[in-house]
Amino acid sequence: MSAFFAVIARDLKLSLRLGGDVLTLLLFFLSIGVVVPFAVGPDRVLLAAIAPAMIWVAALLAQLLSHDRLFRSDFEDGSLIAFRHGSLSLEAIVFAKLVAHWLLSGLPLIVAAPALGLLFGMDGAMLGAALLGLLLGTPALAAFVALSAAVTVGLKRGGLVAPVLILPLTLPVLIFGAGTMSRSAMGASGQAMLFLAALSLLTVALVPFAAALALRISGE
Amino acid sequence: MSGIDNSAEPGWFTRIAHPGLFLQWSRHLVIPLAVVTAVLFAVGLYYGFAASPGERYMGDTVRIMYVHVPTAWLSQFCYGVMAVSAIGTLVWRHPMADVSQKAAAPLGAAFTAVALFTGSMWGRPTWGTFWEWDGRMTSTLVLLFIYLGIIALWRAFDDQLKAARIVAVFTLVGAVNIPIIKFSVDWWQTLHQPASVFRADGPTIDAAILVPLFVMTFAFSFLFLTLHLVRMRTEIGKRRVHALERAAARAAGGAND
Repeated sequence: MSAFFAVIARDLKLSLRLGGDVLTLLLFFLSIGVVVPFAVGPDRVLLAAIAPAMIWVAALLAQLLSHDRLFRSDFEDGSLIAFRHGSLSLEAIVFAKLVAHWLLSGLPLIVAAPALGLLFGMDGAMLGAALLGLLLGTPALAAFVALSAAVTVGLKRGGLVAPVLILPLTLPVLIFGAGTMSRSAMGASGQAMLFLAALSLLTVALVPFAAALALRISGE
Repeated sequence: MSGIDNSAEPGWFTRIAHPGLFLQWSRHLVIPLAVVTAVLFAVGLYYGFAASPGERYMGDTVRIMYVHVPTAWLSQFCYGVMAVSAIGTLVWRHPMADVSQKAAAPLGAAFTAVALFTGSMWGRPTWGTFWEWDGRMTSTLVLLFIYLGIIALWRAFDDQLKAARIVAVFTLVGAVNIPIIKFSVDWWQTLHQPASVFRADGPTIDAAILVPLFVMTFAFSFLFLTLHLVRMRTEIGKRRVHALERAAARAAGGAND
């Protein structure tokens, strides 16, 4: 168990000490939000209406952008091979790295989301739903991103393949995520929360096995 | 476990697994399959376009169905073939499963694209729009993107043996995920209550339409089998040429890989 936490702590330290990673991601997330009003016009009603969609699209894009730092450097400098000879199974290491990745790329988005909500003129209840939705949904996004990162880790020119590959699979997260903030049908929001939580549990439970398999094949 | 017992007559599994043996027995299958496909298409098209009546409300546009429904069925069947092949690749490291996986992906993408295209051609006269964000159409579009992503992944790898196993992992994840996508899209659609009303309460399909529909479904399925087999044979040939070229280059003393 201590090895498990050591992997998480290692990834957190590496990312925080190198600096800039988390900040860049946040900046990207907020930039998308800031760009939208310039594209659709400063109409407050319209912006409030599309705010849930924009927050989720921004979160999705920010997550997809961060896929490269999950396994690539460990794969290239040989750390992954060293990990595979350790006492911890590769599946557990993938899970630990997934947790670290979520702490570094999911949690900051949730912290920054109120700023976007403010810019879009969302009300308090809506913002609460948005934050809860992000909290429930970002683990699933991180898991999908981990999978695409594992599948493309052996590719030297795989930069754009991973996002293209994984985008269709993340569609349910986007649908239920935006659905948590829907006002159209009674009970739809609660339903979406439950589906989102189920999706996160399912993907976080299964992805480490698939990703570890892909990493093993890539490492051969 | 490893190594094939060469002393005995090859069993059926070996006959499928060995590329050389596969090329031998599949050679005799290509032309019969092509003939069956051609006959089925001739019968299906004759029944579909000449011998069957138009529908009462949709008129002759209903004939688009004879292409639309079979390709829509194949768009899903191809993914099934890919998923089964993916299991073969991962569990048995079956070399023909690799080839089958690779051969099926562009076929699946093509059938899905045809299903979407004919769907929108059919949609224009009957619903008044080329595209409707309807649950089924949307999931089919997502399926097309998954196919294209898988093809992109195949092309990104140099080493096709490694590519086969990586793609197999992704294909199986996709197979688990596609029903979830389908469910979420259906949920999304009920949430947004589309304005158009086209799901006229399922009219019972007359036998005059059902017969050509069945024949055309078989025709397209046999078309898939034929093309799949030919593509597999071509892929084996390509790999052999590649291997021979490398051997020739090595013999010439050029590269030392």
